[in-house]
Amino acid sequence: MSLEQFKNRNVGVQNYTTLDVGVSPTTNKAKFVQFITRAVKGELFVGLWVTGKAMFKALFQGDMHTVKYPFEKMPISPRYRAIHDMLRLLESGSYRCIGCGLCEKICISNCISMDTRYDENQRKEVSEYTINFGRCIFCGYCAEVCPELAIVHGPRYENASEQRAGFSLFEDMLTPIDKLNLQQEYDGFGAISPNADENIKQTPLAY
Amino acid sequence: MGETVVDLLPEVTWVGVLIKAVLILAIISALAGFGTFIERKVLAFMQRRLGPMHVGPYGLLQIAADGIKLFTKEDIIPQNANKFIFKIAPVITAATAFIALSAVPVFPDFTIPEFIPVLGGVFVPSIASDLNIGILFVLGMMAAGLYGPLLAGMSQANKWGIIGAARTAVQFLSYEVVTGLSILAPIMLVGSLSFVDFNNYQHDEGVWMMFYQPVAFVLFLIAGFAETNRTPFDLLEHEAEVVSGYATEYSGMRWGMFFIGEYANMITISVIASIVFMGGYNPETMLFGFSIGWLLIMLKIAFFFFLMLWVRASWPHIRPDQLMWLCWKVLMPLALINILITALVVMV
Ligand code: SF4
Ligand code: SF4
Repeated sequence: MSLEQFKNRNVGVQNYTTLDVGVSPTTNKAKFVQFITRAVKGELFVGLWVTGKAMFKALFQGDMHTVKYPFEKMPISPRYRAIHDMLRLLESGSYRCIGCGLCEKICISNCISMDTRYDENQRKEVSEYTINFGRCIFCGYCAEVCPELAIVHGPRYENASEQRAGFSLFEDMLTPIDKLNLQQEYDGFGAISPNADENIKQTPLAY
Repeated sequence: MGETVVDLLPEVTWVGVLIKAVLILAIISALAGFGTFIERKVLAFMQRRLGPMHVGPYGLLQIAADGIKLFTKEDIIPQNANKFIFKIAPVITAATAFIALSAVPVFPDFTIPEFIPVLGGVFVPSIASDLNIGILFVLGMMAAGLYGPLLAGMSQANKWGIIGAARTAVQFLSYEVVTGLSILAPIMLVGSLSFVDFNNYQHDEGVWMMFYQPVAFVLFLIAGFAETNRTPFDLLEHEAEVVSGYATEYSGMRWGMFFIGEYANMITISVIASIVFMGGYNPETMLFGFSIGWLLIMLKIAFFFFLMLWVRASWPHIRPDQLMWLCWKVLMPLALINILITALVVMV
């Protein structure tokens, strides 16, 4: 598409079809006829039928949509950007972060602060690592830039706190060594949520 | 007044009247509170929600929680309001709703069983007073109840309140004619204004009035919805348009009294519809040798109550001008034609 075409494209028209909604009556006689047909046709009872059916289904067929939130949680999409997790290597159990500092550099709200040192083998390791969740905007750049897939967004989304600044230490975010077998790998940017199959249904317009 | 009532109705003693009045007040206020719970539950189910769940089993104690909230809330009276009228308006709504119930028979008459001490064997006509103008009295009282919203809206120095009051007047003028005219045809058939006679008439004929008078039944239902200020005619306090209409400035128990009045009115309309059009209580309806008229009428009342909630969940509400159009140009002529035909049939 050339720039000219691109600028002039009309997004609204091509693929839309207008619904047949009929014509509104203009004369008094036509209005009266419409009124009578509507009154006698029982459209009102269709409304009652729809809600009655909804109630029946909700009560007896388990079609109830309330999620009792604090007691019951919906699975969230793997693409959701919640509180970060620091992952470990599955084989050795040592943490993946190599202290490259890319996440600190790219963080647009400057909320990651880290420090590194040489360990006894003269290899770089992270000595300090904190994220201030009072500033973090959960943009996901840190997870995206990490060359080792060390920092990812975990499933914890309840991050209300009493203070504006809320620092999370490296150890808090790190997978506990005894939970290593439960560590979830990041599914990737196009991943669908685990309950996606259940959520597929006809659109309301189908009836 | 006490003496005359006793004289007119030999089996009604003033003690009995007093007891029944207190009972009606207690039971109907409790039912009105329970009605709010049922309404929230039914609406929730129809929208696939759970409704109140956390106070008590299935949220049943939510009524108590709401009651505590209403009673302990600060009672605010706006600075520029007409204080006396502002204070008295909710009382009018609640009081008239209960007074209307005094002439409505809910159960068949019964005798208290012998094995109950002290009261055993006493014959109880289960109506506080069987007025010979019962229907007129009840409809008049319910109509007088409309002074509540009207005065409340005008006294509170609030524009939404004024609009609510204006809508009250509009609604009142529109449906009251239809209520009266629609129920006139059954009255002509029965030849009495007493609810007890209505019940007995349908019992003697063996057919419900709603099959004799289907048009009157539908008209009465429509007018009843307007009378109790329910969807699709809930113009007085429709939140989306006029904040809360006449109740905008009310808080705490004064607001609660409007609510109790509304629910008591819903019950009254349900009772009237059940007695006048759906056969009422019929003491000789038997099931396994027991008289189940009292059970049937409760089911009928419950059905009408449920219908009001059902309609609220299903239908959109209409504009004030549409209400007037409907009442004056459609329903009233229909009611008149209905009366005319009934009159011809009665004459022949
Ligand atoms: S999600 Fe964005 S703001 Fe939060 S730490 Fe990562 S880069 Fe910084
Ligand atoms: S980008 Fe990844 S590897 Fe580099 S410092 Fe951040 S978490 Fe560690």
